[in-house]
Amino acid sequence: MMHGKAKGVILGVLMALVAACARGGATPVAGLPAEAQTVIRERGLSPEDVVAALRTYVPGGKYDEYVMFASGGHSGQVLVIGIPSMRLLKVIGVFTPEPWQGYGFGEKGTLEVLAEGFARGKPILWGDTHHPALSETEGEYDGQFLFINDKANARLAVIDLRDFETKQIVKNPNAISDHGGGFVTPNTEYVVEGPQYAAPIGWEYAPLDQYKDKYRGLLTFWAFDRQKGRVDPDRSFQIELPPYWQDLCDAGKKVSYGWVFCNSINTEMATGGIEEGNPPFEAGTAKNEMDYLHIINWKKAEELIRAGKYEVINGIKVIRLQTAAQEGVLFFAPEPKSPHGVDVAPGGEYIVVGGKLDPHVTVYSFEKIQKAIAAGNFERDPFGVPVLKFEDVKEAQVELGLGPLHTVFDDKGYAYTSLFLDSAVARWSLGGPYRKDGAEPWKLVEKLPVHYNIGHIAATEGDTVSPDGKYVVALNKWSVDRFQPVGPLHPQNFQLIDISGGKMRLLYDMPIGIGEPHYAQIIKADKLKPFLVYPEIGWNAVKMAKDPNATEAGRERVEVREEGGRRVVEIWMTAVRSHFKPERVKIRKGDHVIWHITNIERARDATHGFALGGYNINLSLEPGETATIEFDADQSGTFPFYCTEFCSALHLEMMGYFLVEP
Amino acid sequence: MMERVNTWLREDPFRLPRAFFIGASWLLLLSLLFPYWRMTLQAPQYPGGLRVDVYVTHLAGDVSEVDNLNHYIGMKKLHEAAQVERFLAPLAIGAAALLGEALAFTRRRWAAVLALPAMLFPFIFLADMYYWLYRYGHDLDPNAPLRLPPFTPPLLGTGVVGQFRTVAELQLGFWMALAASFLIALGLHFRRVVRTALERRQAVRLGPLTLVPEGARG
Repeated sequence: MMHGKAKGVILGVLMALVAACARGGATPVAGLPAEAQTVIRERGLSPEDVVAALRTYVPGGKYDEYVMFASGGHSGQVLVIGIPSMRLLKVIGVFTPEPWQGYGFGEKGTLEVLAEGFARGKPILWGDTHHPALSETEGEYDGQFLFINDKANARLAVIDLRDFETKQIVKNPNAISDHGGGFVTPNTEYVVEGPQYAAPIGWEYAPLDQYKDKYRGLLTFWAFDRQKGRVDPDRSFQIELPPYWQDLCDAGKKVSYGWVFCNSINTEMATGGIEEGNPPFEAGTAKNEMDYLHIINWKKAEELIRAGKYEVINGIKVIRLQTAAQEGVLFFAPEPKSPHGVDVAPGGEYIVVGGKLDPHVTVYSFEKIQKAIAAGNFERDPFGVPVLKFEDVKEAQVELGLGPLHTVFDDKGYAYTSLFLDSAVARWSLGGPYRKDGAEPWKLVEKLPVHYNIGHIAATEGDTVSPDGKYVVALNKWSVDRFQPVGPLHPQNFQLIDISGGKMRLLYDMPIGIGEPHYAQIIKADKLKPFLVYPEIGWNAVKMAKDPNATEAGRERVEVREEGGRRVVEIWMTAVRSHFKPERVKIRKGDHVIWHITNIERARDATHGFALGGYNINLSLEPGETATIEFDADQSGTFPFYCTEFCSALHLEMMGYFLVEP
Repeated sequence: MMERVNTWLREDPFRLPRAFFIGASWLLLLSLLFPYWRMTLQAPQYPGGLRVDVYVTHLAGDVSEVDNLNHYIGMKKLHEAAQVERFLAPLAIGAAALLGEALAFTRRRWAAVLALPAMLFPFIFLADMYYWLYRYGHDLDPNAPLRLPPFTPPLLGTGVVGQFRTVAELQLGFWMALAASFLIALGLHFRRVVRTALERRQAVRLGPLTLVPEGARG
C-alpha cells in the first residue's frame, strides 16, 4: 500500500516538473501536485536535471527497454544493467566464485566450469574481464549467448542467456594473456580471441633477446556450437602473428563478411628494460610513425585448415605465420602509431581505427583494401606479411580531439568516438552510403564532455548491422567529484547519453561498485527470452538438461555403500517451502559424501539456498534445479545446514542436521 | 421456413421435446471437456493470482503451488479429494446422457424419471463440491505449523484465509450442465403438452408454430 502511494507521489512530482519546465515558469500546473515545485526548489534541480530524471525513470513493474551486459573488470564477473534506468539487475559469476548464485561453492557443475579455466591445474579465481560479446545471427544480436574474455589468463567464457549463468570456460592452450577477446563473427561461427603482449607460443620460456625469433602474437578463432551452447576446441584454430602486440579486433560484416580486423601497438618490437638503460615500453612502443592494421581472411584460413596446412600445438590447430602470409590469410595496412579501437561500420564498408596518440580516427575502405590486395601492390614486412600502401586503402581521417579510442554507431550515419584525454564523446559523420542527408561527410559534428577519462563506449545494438541510435553509455575510468566519496578507491562511472535527438544529452551517472569494468554491449530487452523457472523439475543448470540424480518428492533417501575400502554416503534430498527432506543426515568421519538436492518448487522466484557451515558449501537452487555436491567428511561434529534464501514465513525453520560421528 | 418446421412437426409432434432431450444429453457430454468451478487465490506476492480449475474428471492450474501453501495450515493435497467422484463422473455423465437419449425415444409416461439423473447432475456436483470444501477446511492436520480454526472455503463468492483472498466462480462446464438441465425440463414440459393435446385432439400453437394440429391422434 505504502509502496503504491509513494510511487504515485514520485510520478506526480516528475510530471509536474516537466510541465513546469516546458512552460519555463514557476506556476504549478493544474492537476499536478504543488509539491513538485517544492522538490525542484529544495533539491536545487535545473530544468535539464528534471528532464533527465524523467527520461531515465522506469517505475517498478515496468521493464527497461534495453539490457546492457558490462564486463565486471577485476571482479571477473559480468554486470547486467537495465537501460535507461541504469538499475543493476544481476552480477553473473564468470571467472570468480559468486556466492549468491552458489557459483563455485561446492556445486559440482560450477566447480567443474571454474576448473576448466585453471591453468595447468593451478586454480585461478579471478579474471580481468574485458569484452562481452553477444551472439549474433546475420549480424544482429540474437539474445542467446554472451561471451567474455579474461585478459590476465587468456580465457574465454560462455554464458547462456536462458538462465544468465556461465556454462563453459576455455583456457587458451597457447597464450598466457589476451586482450582483443570476445568478438563474434556475424553468425557466431567463431568467437575471436586476440592476443596482446607477445610471448613464446605455448607458454614456453625464451630470453628477450630472442624476441623477434621466439616471441609471437596469436589470434584464436574459437568455433562455437550453438546447438550444444559450447565452444568446440576441435573445430577451432589459431593464426600465428608477428610479435607486434595485436590489440583489439572486430569482425567484418555484410560486405566485409569473412574478414577480421585487429590493430597493433608495438611494431617496434620494443622489449623494455628501463633498469638496463633502455627506453621504457611507453616510449619504445611509440617510436614508429605507423603500426599495422591486421587484415585477416578467416574464410581463407578455414580453407587452409581443411587443406591440412596447419600444425597442432598443445591440441589446437595453428596456421603458422609464414603460411598465413603466403596464402592470403594475413595482410597489413599502416595505421597511425599506437592506435586503440578498431570498429567496423554497420554495413561493413569501413573500418575505423582510433588514434589514441593521434587526434584523428583513420577510416579504411574495405573495397580499397580488396583492390589493393588484388593489384598485388604491396611490400612485405620482415616476417613476409604483405603490407598494403596507406594511401591505397585509406578512405578518410577525421580530426576529433585528444585520445580517440573506441567508436560505436547509430542509425543516422553518425559515429561516436570516446576521447580519453579530452574526456568527451565525439559525434562525427560517416560518408559514402551513410550520407543520404547531404551533410558533410567525415566531419566532427559535436563533442559532449563526460566525467572523466572515458575508455570504452557502448551504443544500443551498436555493434550490429542495424544500430538503434537511442543511447550511448560512456564507461569512465575516473569519477573524481561525481559521487559521495567512499575512500580513495572511487567508484567508476557509467554515464548514459541520449543520442536520439539533434544534440547529445547526458542523462545519468551510474557508479559501479566494482572495477575496472571495461566494455559493454546493449541489446534490446525483448530479444532476451530467459527461463522464468527451469523447464523441468530436476534441471541441471550446467548441462542444461534433466539431471539423472533429480529427486522426486517421496523418493528422498540416503544410501551407504562400500567403495574402494571406504564408506560412500549418497543422499537424494528435496527442498521445498519450508523443509529439506531428509532433515537429518548421520554419517561417520572419513565417509565420502555425494549429496543431490532438488528444488521441487514450480513457483517463480521460489529459490532455496543450501548452506553447510564448516564445509565451505553454499548452493543456490532455483525452482526446478538439481545440484550435486561431493566431499570427504574430514571433520566430525554437528553441522546445521539451512536455507539461505528467505523463502517463506518458516524459512528459519528450513534446516537440518548433518551429524558426523567421530 | 416456418411452414417446413410445421410440416415436420405435423408428421410427429414428439419431435420437439425429442430435440430438447438429445440437445441436452450432448451438452452434458460436452461439459466433460470444460472446467465446472474455479478458485482464484489472490495475495500480494502472486500478481495475477493462483488458480485451480475443477473439471469433473481432474484438477488443473496452479495445483501444486496451492498444495505447497496449504501445507502450512495442514490441508491435504488437492488431488486426493473426490477421487471416487472423479473416477465415476464420466461414467455417470455418460449414463445420464444415455438415459436422456432413451427418454427421447419413448413416449411412456413413467419414462420422465429417466430425465432425473441428467437434470440433477449440476446440483449434485455443487453439493459434492461443498462437501469436499467443508472436509478440507475442517480436517486440518493438528501438527501443522500454522493452526487455523476450522473453516469452509467459499463455494461461490469471496472468502479470506490468511493473506489470501479466495474467489470461487462457476465455469463454462457447469453452465453447460445447467443448460442441459433446463433443456430437459423444457423437453418434459413440451412432452406433456403434446401428450395432453393428442389425447384431447386439441390444437396447440406456440407463436407461429403448430405443435399439434387440430384433431391429431396420439
